[in-house]
Amino acid sequence: MNLSQIIFLVVGAVTIISAVLVVTLRNLVHSALWLIVTLFSVAVLFVLLEAGFMAVVQVVLYIGAIAILIIFAMMLTRRAMSDEASQTNGQWPASLLIAAAAFVSLAGLLNANAWPALPAADLSGTVRQLGLALVNLNAFVLPFEVASVLLIVALVGAIYVAGEKR
Amino acid sequence: MPEFNPGNVLIYLYQLLGWWLGTLGIPAPIVVLIQLLVSIISVGAFALLLPIFTIWLERKVAGRFQDRLGPNRVGPYGLFQSFADVFKLLTKEDITPAGADKVVFNLAPMLTVLSVVTIWAVVPFASTMVGANINVGVLYIVAISGLGTISIMMGGWSSNNKFALLGAFRTAAQLVAYEVPMIIVLLVPVMLAGSMGVQDIVNAQGTAWFIVMAPVAGLIFFITSIAEIGRAPFDLLEAESEIVAGFHIEYTGMKFGMWMLGEFLHAFTICVLTAVLFLGGWQGPFAKEVPVLGIVYFLLKSFGMYFIVIWVRSTFPRIRIDHLHAFNWKVLVPVSLAAVVLTALVDKLVTTYLPGAGDVVRATALLAANVIGVLALLGIFRQGAHAERERLEGGRDASHGEAAHHDEPGEPGAAHASAH
Repeated sequence: MNLSQIIFLVVGAVTIISAVLVVTLRNLVHSALWLIVTLFSVAVLFVLLEAGFMAVVQVVLYIGAIAILIIFAMMLTRRAMSDEASQTNGQWPASLLIAAAAFVSLAGLLNANAWPALPAADLSGTVRQLGLALVNLNAFVLPFEVASVLLIVALVGAIYVAGEKR
Repeated sequence: MPEFNPGNVLIYLYQLLGWWLGTLGIPAPIVVLIQLLVSIISVGAFALLLPIFTIWLERKVAGRFQDRLGPNRVGPYGLFQSFADVFKLLTKEDITPAGADKVVFNLAPMLTVLSVVTIWAVVPFASTMVGANINVGVLYIVAISGLGTISIMMGGWSSNNKFALLGAFRTAAQLVAYEVPMIIVLLVPVMLAGSMGVQDIVNAQGTAWFIVMAPVAGLIFFITSIAEIGRAPFDLLEAESEIVAGFHIEYTGMKFGMWMLGEFLHAFTICVLTAVLFLGGWQGPFAKEVPVLGIVYFLLKSFGMYFIVIWVRSTFPRIRIDHLHAFNWKVLVPVSLAAVVLTALVDKLVTTYLPGAGDVVRATALLAANVIGVLALLGIFRQGAHAERERLEGGRDASHGEAAHHDEPGEPGAAHASAH
């Protein structure tokens, strides 16, 4: 076992434990803070895979935007910060069943196949390659444009919902 | 033994340490580890000790702006005032409010200092000196500043105090909003340098600094940075006169000191970032040949920007929260989008149609485009002001006539009309 494997095991354990704490803690703000720990350790996992760009984007988007939005929404919601509410509703047996089924099938899938080890790639120009692939007609230009249209639609919708009704 | 090079004295010390540890019989990987640890601790200690000086500087300069002397009792020119303050903070009682969330309350000030110090990891001090020359440096800076926002929200929420929570609300609204134009204008130096690495951006400013090629982007970056550190005129998150200190109202002793340390260090860090991204960082005469000179240029530019930050702080009054958001969403965001489009267009046109033109032509074209853009913007502002004034004057005439007919006491229109 070498150093990067030990780091991987530690970070993986932190990810799983903090993810469990996110859904089991009664205090919603604590859950949100543990969610930040989970997202941050996923970013560390990206670093271990030498995907620096993905790691930084993970921190910018998920911690810098989504986690802050979640905390902000909780602070603005009445009584959401009290510990009295029940953590489950009537649908918990069905969701337990679906979650267990998803876990079993994923674990089976991971065990059944012999996953090939990728050869070490040259990662020096990753960001440039990513940018070129996003505007290349033979690569990802269509998904990129579709995502842009989706974002514009979401922006216009947000302005319509928030704006004054005339 | 490594060869002594007076122009590159810090790298020489680094190599000397490695050579000395090697002679002690320590294996090579551990020697590298110790070398890296010593370097990290030196940069971190430099960043953490800097506020001792910058706080004195700020109090002295702000004092002069307000026609006072500033600190002048402790040591020559009051230089040791900050030490006295630190000892005072250390001896104060450390109070955690009874209703506070203890762990989060104690974690928040640590996180705020951490979020600022980690930015220094990608700051290039000289041509040979940079902590981590990662290829996503600019994005890293943006990512880390998000942690600072979270630390302020943690502090505000965990204090269990309504003023602290109000401060946290304002933080979320202000910092998240001002991050938008900041990230957009950060695209401009990235485009001009063709890289997100901070060292590459400094290297690309050899002929002309980016403040010449993109003055609008530089100015917007500086304004939004001041908003990000929450200083006057954008200090609504702590606003002493309204919410009595905002998110750090319940903090005492050295925990309060850490909030202050974080704020002052962040204030200097945004000056460093402005200097690196727009003022050429360590670039200057002979900086490439003699890296130590690069550190001098770098610090000169940073302290120059810091002087402007103090100047702004002691000149402008706090702006109202609706003005703050109107200024961000109606001015900074559209202008920054326009600056990005303009820069991309002009830069591409110059490099496509004048392939052999070189950096001077490119910089001139970009500067001209920026000047034209600013003139167009001023024209739009002028028209908007005219339209607003006409609307207001028309409205006043209408209310005047109406008030003359009704003349009810207590009606706003009537009071308005009688005043004129």
